Amino acid sequence: MMNEMQILEGSKAVALTVRSCRVDVISAYPITPQTHIVEDLAQMVADGETDAEYIKVESEFSALSALVGASAAGARTYSSTTSQGLALMFEVLFNASGMRLPIVMTTVNRSLSAPLSIWNDQQDSISVRDAGWIQLYAENNQETSDLLPIAYKVAEDKDILLPAMCCMDGFVLTHTFEPVEIPEQSLVDEFLPSYQPKYVLDPKNPLTFGAYADPSIYMEFRYQQHDAMLKAYEKFEEVAKEFEKVFGRKYDLVEEYKIEDAEIVLISMGSIVGTMKDAVDELRKGGEKVGILKIISYRPFPAEKIYEAIKDAKVVVVLEKDVSVGMEGGLLSDIKSFMYNREDRPPIVGFSVGLGGRDVTIGDIKGLVSKVKRAEAEEFEFLNLRREVL
Amino acid sequence: MIEIRFHGRGGQGAVTAAELLAVAAFNDGYYSQAFPAFGVERRGAPVLAFTRINDEKIRVRSQIYSPDYVIVQDSTLVKTVNVVEGLKEDGMVVINSNKDPKEFDIGREIRAIDATKISLDVIGRPIMNTTMLGAFAGATGVVSLESVKKAVENRFEGKLKERNVRAVEVAYEKIKEDAR
Repeated sequence: MMNEMQILEGSKAVALTVRSCRVDVISAYPITPQTHIVEDLAQMVADGETDAEYIKVESEFSALSALVGASAAGARTYSSTTSQGLALMFEVLFNASGMRLPIVMTTVNRSLSAPLSIWNDQQDSISVRDAGWIQLYAENNQETSDLLPIAYKVAEDKDILLPAMCCMDGFVLTHTFEPVEIPEQSLVDEFLPSYQPKYVLDPKNPLTFGAYADPSIYMEFRYQQHDAMLKAYEKFEEVAKEFEKVFGRKYDLVEEYKIEDAEIVLISMGSIVGTMKDAVDELRKGGEKVGILKIISYRPFPAEKIYEAIKDAKVVVVLEKDVSVGMEGGLLSDIKSFMYNREDRPPIVGFSVGLGGRDVTIGDIKGLVSKVKRAEAEEFEFLNLRREVL
Repeated sequence: MIEIRFHGRGGQGAVTAAELLAVAAFNDGYYSQAFPAFGVERRGAPVLAFTRINDEKIRVRSQIYSPDYVIVQDSTLVKTVNVVEGLKEDGMVVINSNKDPKEFDIGREIRAIDATKISLDVIGRPIMNTTMLGAFAGATGVVSLESVKKAVENRFEGKLKERNVRAVEVAYEKIKEDAR
């Protein structure tokens, strides 16, 4: 059954989908460019369009803390934040994951201060890579919407029980109007039944969440988190197949684009992949064998799928909107790390692109590919630096 | 793909206009995309917004650097901003001005409409973003009048809805009439 396509702002698509996921508790603190999502949700709660409770708080730290309590009490919970807000949540991110609470949050990707920038890059979510959250990245607003019910279903699975963040590029997706098929309520209900928590905080049946763990037991808690994240790999595949059955749209941890005969494989995450696809089409018209591997799931990390996609390439180019200062991009490090012990490993180079909202054009992508072809690319570099101001 | 760039000042509703144009194109059966040049919004400061219209799904996310059309909501911007920057050779500018379009020596086809006056007369306010969309539809035929009206109808309520729709019609007819 097809849903009707409608044209709307990305933030509105997210809010409508959160509503259709029948979330019980929402808590968030407004911050640019996430604001429209929480405004839309607050309006829906005020208008009685959802039964969700909206807990108003004075900070992002409190927003996520409120959801830790609500989730432990058995509620399906939602938050959204960005940049400095995510940074302020840092401590609670680890608590939510360590307590195995399947909170789902839209992380609107924005650069971090200083210098102050409200514009898009992905430094915020990449910087909390190790917090034990599932991380999914959307290319367009159909994906920002679809990845939410998928995230809930994976996160709430009894074998997983990990929080999940659905990442969408700030402004580039949140503020863009484009056609989206909003998942219909009856279909979401069919796909995503109500949350059945494994353990519930209940005064009649007291339990302790986030207890004191001395050295004799702490490592086992961490191992179980690690193991659950590894299991989330197959769980995502399974849930995505169920999603396709209900909604007709196919997802996987990665998406391949014109990769079969590709000599140069570009790897990236998020909205930049759309621009890259147009660039690849233009390059292919000129006879260049270029393809793209889009990472949708950064955690769980799709190592085997990346390996399969790049093992026959002549060169692999990672483009990412973050940098581990003094090292290289996080995604580049991850890919090089697991490829090191493989026999057939192509050379891998990386670029930090679009930091702090610097626009990335089709021409930029083509220029970058040309530089790589001429073997002039460094192992890691910043794309399009304005050297005259350095 | 048709690409349109809006030049306005903060508070003139350029972003809303870009969105409404995308909605109108969607109503006409096209894929479309609208987004602002993500700036720090200040009233009166020059702002940019963009719309793309295509037969197929739109994937590119960069800003628009070589538009097919430029809509200028405030004629004083021509003095401070290069509104035709990157505009295709056969591209067109639609400008809100009471001047003869020939007075703007910008090297491209230009159509002028006194959208502020129409808005004051019909809506009762100098907010001319919807009026300019009517003029754009009339001057270019990129979107239909009916689809612009439908987009505007769904955005406003009550008297404001009626008046904005009327302003779209008046501007559409006026710019067509001027071309005759």
